[in-house]
Amino acid sequence: MKKDIILAGVGGQGILSIAASIGLAAVDAGLHLKQAEVHGMSQRGGAVQSNLRLSDKNIASDLIPYGQADMIISVEPMESLRYLPWLAPQGWIITNSTAFTNIPDYPDKEDIISEIKKHKNHIIIDADHIAKEIGSARSANMVILGAAIPYLGLEHKYFEQAIKNLFGSKGEKVVELNMEAMRAGEAFAREYGK
Amino acid sequence: MQKMLLLGDEAIAQAAIDAGMSGMFAYPGTPSTEINEYVQASKQAREQNIVATWAANEKTAMEAALGVSYVGKRSMTCMKHVGLNVAADAFVNSAMTGANGGLLVVAADDPSMHSSQNEQDSRFYGKFAMMPTLEPANQQEAYDMVFYGFELSEKLQTPVLIRITTRLAHSRAGVVRKEVLKQNEIRLPSDPKQFILLPAIARNRYKMLLNNQDRFIEESESAGFNAYIDGDDKSLGIIASGIAYNYLLENYADQKVPHPILKINQYPVPRTMLAKLEKECDKILVLEEGAPLIEELLKGYLAKNLNVSGRLDGTVPRDGELNPNIVARALGLSDSFGEAVPDIVKNRPPSLCAGCSHIDAYNALNEALESYTKGRVFSDIGCYTLGALSPFNAINTCVDMGASITMAKGASDVGFTPAVAVIGDSTFTHSGMTGLLDAVNDQANILVVIADNSTTGMTGGQKSAALGKIEDICRGLGVEEDHIRVIKPLRKNHEENVKVLLEELAYEGVSVVIPRRECIQTLNKRMRQKATIKALETQN
Repeated sequence: MKKDIILAGVGGQGILSIAASIGLAAVDAGLHLKQAEVHGMSQRGGAVQSNLRLSDKNIASDLIPYGQADMIISVEPMESLRYLPWLAPQGWIITNSTAFTNIPDYPDKEDIISEIKKHKNHIIIDADHIAKEIGSARSANMVILGAAIPYLGLEHKYFEQAIKNLFGSKGEKVVELNMEAMRAGEAFAREYGK
Repeated sequence: MQKMLLLGDEAIAQAAIDAGMSGMFAYPGTPSTEINEYVQASKQAREQNIVATWAANEKTAMEAALGVSYVGKRSMTCMKHVGLNVAADAFVNSAMTGANGGLLVVAADDPSMHSSQNEQDSRFYGKFAMMPTLEPANQQEAYDMVFYGFELSEKLQTPVLIRITTRLAHSRAGVVRKEVLKQNEIRLPSDPKQFILLPAIARNRYKMLLNNQDRFIEESESAGFNAYIDGDDKSLGIIASGIAYNYLLENYADQKVPHPILKINQYPVPRTMLAKLEKECDKILVLEEGAPLIEELLKGYLAKNLNVSGRLDGTVPRDGELNPNIVARALGLSDSFGEAVPDIVKNRPPSLCAGCSHIDAYNALNEALESYTKGRVFSDIGCYTLGALSPFNAINTCVDMGASITMAKGASDVGFTPAVAVIGDSTFTHSGMTGLLDAVNDQANILVVIADNSTTGMTGGQKSAALGKIEDICRGLGVEEDHIRVIKPLRKNHEENVKVLLEELAYEGVSVVIPRRECIQTLNKRMRQKATIKALETQN
């Protein structure tokens, strides 16, 4: 078993919480893990990514080679396209459809969506909308995590435990909202393209 | 023992806590910041009464750590690579005094300059100071090397440099811990003159340092962190230092490399192992994360050793961090690539946060400077360096910590007036104060804007040594009371702020304007914590 994942987004959108959730789930399931993060200057509203590698064997490199990622998980649609050089031919793009437009020349949203759809294996999910419906606008990242779960090759229970561990210190309410966001994302993904 | 999921930085911090460290002193700097942050947040560290503080700069941090070593306890100082320039005086001379209690200096390099102004390779500092240097390849080695580093430091009475790079510092993996060691008792050096570098004593110390080099090499050969891994295909031998080793393994199925490998994680370089590789292999490829330190040693100045390739002959790019693909190409293996980035994808550079106080400060400064010719704003290292980008285009220089004030002073001294310096609160106490003293003593015609967001913002909001002290410091250094002005950078105060800046630009002498408003990130964080506490209270 091997999953190489590029997590993408804009600084402050919470990709490190997604990374931490998958990381905790993977370790709980007895897998090896390496996860390279971006800290520092680039976090200030710039493009950010994290390389997450899971395997049942020892992992050598912290970085995923070009053309070998199994999936791109993105909390922002344009950002999902920035990392195509890393994606394997049959790899998945799982992305939020809500754009984060903090630059003056942000492209036409339709163009972005049609570019993503050129890839057979994709899931486009309006995570911000789903998160708001649940009443937890800040949990869009957990909706995205949920949408990726069917393709991560790990049982659902590991993610429930991961969210409990990750958000436990913030109280039951926060845990429950994030859990609900994750479940909604997963349900959406299982229906998508059916 | 327990396995933890840790960043390379955190592995070093946890190891220091477990290995009997008594004191940690650091100045924040990407990618090293998380080391001290981890120790400060650690319950175990608190229970063990470990001191973990942010110093005013890397030099004061290094010297405090040396003081701990002097009294026989174990200490660590952490900094980014350019921070080691600031600490260099103390660092190089600490190799001369040697250590008493174990002393580890961690320098975190930033090849590819993700968050830095250069990509200098700290291993050269190790070589320059003639100090043993450790370079872990992964998080577990980072943990283990802290234990070994303290032992080595005490055994050979020398400080030890640990060099990591961004990719290891900020990458997470499982780490197995060791048994927790007790801290040392206070025990002064057996030679009471060890730390007195008067010329007569220093000359002796230097001879000792030179004599120690053979023992340092012996450790490099025998400690086990350097390894000669044999392979059948001797047409090529590969030297892989630090995390370059991981990229090498990544390129072979089941990580089985057919060539002999010399894995280097400890310096001075292991001479016997190097000689063996050179003798047995037709050609040598050197893979180093950073500058070609080993490659230059092998090639020599006249590059007679032409069967050695690496960064110097273009087999590996001369700059930037390594990755699996660069190493694949250097090995002549097939390289993979996905699809090109579609043209519609635009750059998204970092920018000042919405609501950031620097935005209002720059808007006011830009307007105040409208009637002057361009090119007169000397800035510094921090979030406000982003004022260089559109739409502000507000600054003209960014060189090193504190250089804003001194460069403005120099420019003003030769007739370019008024010159403006823009420096942050934490950078001001790091290295700006001495420059301000120079400016006051020479009556320079400069305006110093100390953008005070009351934290060390760029690195994530660590405590600023300047907090609540800036006006007093300026007064103490001799800036006239009337020309130390505090403004609140808010849109509604714009006109008033422009007026203050215009007045101080017109003043012929040193004036200081302090736009003061808390960093929006630390403010939001405090509000969130408040909300969480409130929510938890309601829940109970």
